[in-house]
Amino acid sequence: MPARESHGGAYLDEHRLLAAGAPPPSSFAGNGRGSHLLGGQRAAAISTVSTVVFLGGVITLFVFAPGAAAVRHTFFNPQQMKEAFLGDPSQGLYSVGKGLILNIEMFLIAEVLILSCALVIAVLRQLRNPVLFPFRMLAVVYTDVFRGVPLIIVIYGIGFGAPALYIRGISTQSDFVYGIAALVLSYSAYVAEVYRAGINSVHQSQVAAARSLGLSQWKSLRFVVLPQAVRTVIPPLLNDFISLQKDTALVSTLGAVIEANRAAQIDSSTLFVYSSYTVAALLFLCLTIPLARFTDRLIARDVTRRLAGSGAIR
Amino acid sequence: MNETGVTSDQGGTHAGGSLLGDGAGAPGFTGQEAVRLEKVHKSFGALEVLRGIDLAIAPHEVVCLIGASGSGKSTLLRCVNLLEPVNRGRILLWDQDVTAAGVDENAVRRHIGIVFQSFNLFPHMTVLRNITLGPTRVLGVAREEAEEAGRALLARFGLSDKKDDYPDRLSGGQQQRVAIIRALAMKPGIMLLDEVTSALDPELVSEVLGVIRELAAAGMTMLIATHEMGFARDIADRVCFLDEGVIVEQGPPAQVFTAPANSRTQQFLRRIVDAGRL
Repeated sequence: MPARESHGGAYLDEHRLLAAGAPPPSSFAGNGRGSHLLGGQRAAAISTVSTVVFLGGVITLFVFAPGAAAVRHTFFNPQQMKEAFLGDPSQGLYSVGKGLILNIEMFLIAEVLILSCALVIAVLRQLRNPVLFPFRMLAVVYTDVFRGVPLIIVIYGIGFGAPALYIRGISTQSDFVYGIAALVLSYSAYVAEVYRAGINSVHQSQVAAARSLGLSQWKSLRFVVLPQAVRTVIPPLLNDFISLQKDTALVSTLGAVIEANRAAQIDSSTLFVYSSYTVAALLFLCLTIPLARFTDRLIARDVTRRLAGSGAIR
Repeated sequence: MNETGVTSDQGGTHAGGSLLGDGAGAPGFTGQEAVRLEKVHKSFGALEVLRGIDLAIAPHEVVCLIGASGSGKSTLLRCVNLLEPVNRGRILLWDQDVTAAGVDENAVRRHIGIVFQSFNLFPHMTVLRNITLGPTRVLGVAREEAEEAGRALLARFGLSDKKDDYPDRLSGGQQQRVAIIRALAMKPGIMLLDEVTSALDPELVSEVLGVIRELAAAGMTMLIATHEMGFARDIADRVCFLDEGVIVEQGPPAQVFTAPANSRTQQFLRRIVDAGRL
């Protein structure tokens, strides 16, 4: 391959030049794109133009597409959106806004339960005490099973299975309770694995330092490993909770629970207008985006706290 | 194991004892050996790291372990405070076999302070909390009392202004001094120091060595693995040269450093001298 040989030759020539202490070839002189000093302004200008062009394209597509008018009427009908948000019992319309509050209630209760159950499972899998062996096995089987089964099947299984058992106290609960039970069962398995990853990310030397002070395995875990593990997994945990928040909508398949998604379904089935879905989607975003920003702040606060120098113990 | 001296606790004496502890170990101990290793063997899989270590340390004695990397110095220290279980042999602390079945390893460890090469401070705790964690959670000392003792130790070693800082904010030398204080706060009967200056920038080494000199002067029993030959020569009552898991030579520093008898010790010291480290 002659081309390659000639390239190699050029490289060797340059190499010799450099080795002899000669100045490097003129390739540092730039390629005519202007001074480095103006780089910041140039970058800002380019990103502005790029953003305008991109957004312009998207808006053009949205406004001038053949079906644009129909889409606006179906999905972004302001009148329908307002009605869907408020609901109108006299016409049999449920409120998406009210449904969302129910949704948030479920989410909050489930989240607290999931955080605690998952932590217990993760810790069980970590402790090496032989007495705990059966529990450790149980924890392994549990995480394997519930990570493998789709959430919707767990919801059906509990929502329709538990009432069919006719067990007093269990079979007479509301769909709200069954829904939470299904979410907790399913999500605890995932969150336990997140915790476990966090626990394993704490370096063995930390455990050695803790144990060498005479702390038992449990106390090392409690005071040294877990606090560091939990800090590490806060972002992935909150990520899981953003999806939990959305998945509460699946509980609507049990029927009686009216949460945001269900309300939207009922609205659309009577009116054939899907603006109610848009309302539900916007409301979900109103919850998940602050949650994401909250995550960022927690991380930033942890970083500042550890770098902030002498301050009070917060 | 409550009938033994190692496991019977002396938490009540925490506030009353001297600032540094006297290095004498378990209360009422009158024996001649603080630590005794008998034919200790330790393997990691097929790799035999310790191949029959015999070593006895008297109360208040300072013993330095020297030897090339991988000669087994760190493993030996980790075996003494039971972080690594031995495969064969016995380890006695204040005349009690701590490698016997049924020994409460947590009870043994609270009498032994260990300081690691990489500091291993708890990054999520302030300096003071690092120091009080052991006394409060292991010895059951009241928090205020532990904090008072911790502040006194920090003051003694010139770190009072760092008590509320998190470890990331400290220099390596400061972190290592805090790690030493953390171990001292348990009022240990013996201190194990594992290459405590190896991870430090050269200009920070002396501040840590200064603390160790103070401990030696206060009579602390110490087993020190080190690459700092000059320091070992100054501080040690006895120097042990480890090679391939065996103590091939030991004696007073003057003898080991100036007139080593064993050819492997001679080779090792020649390399050290050539590297300008002695």
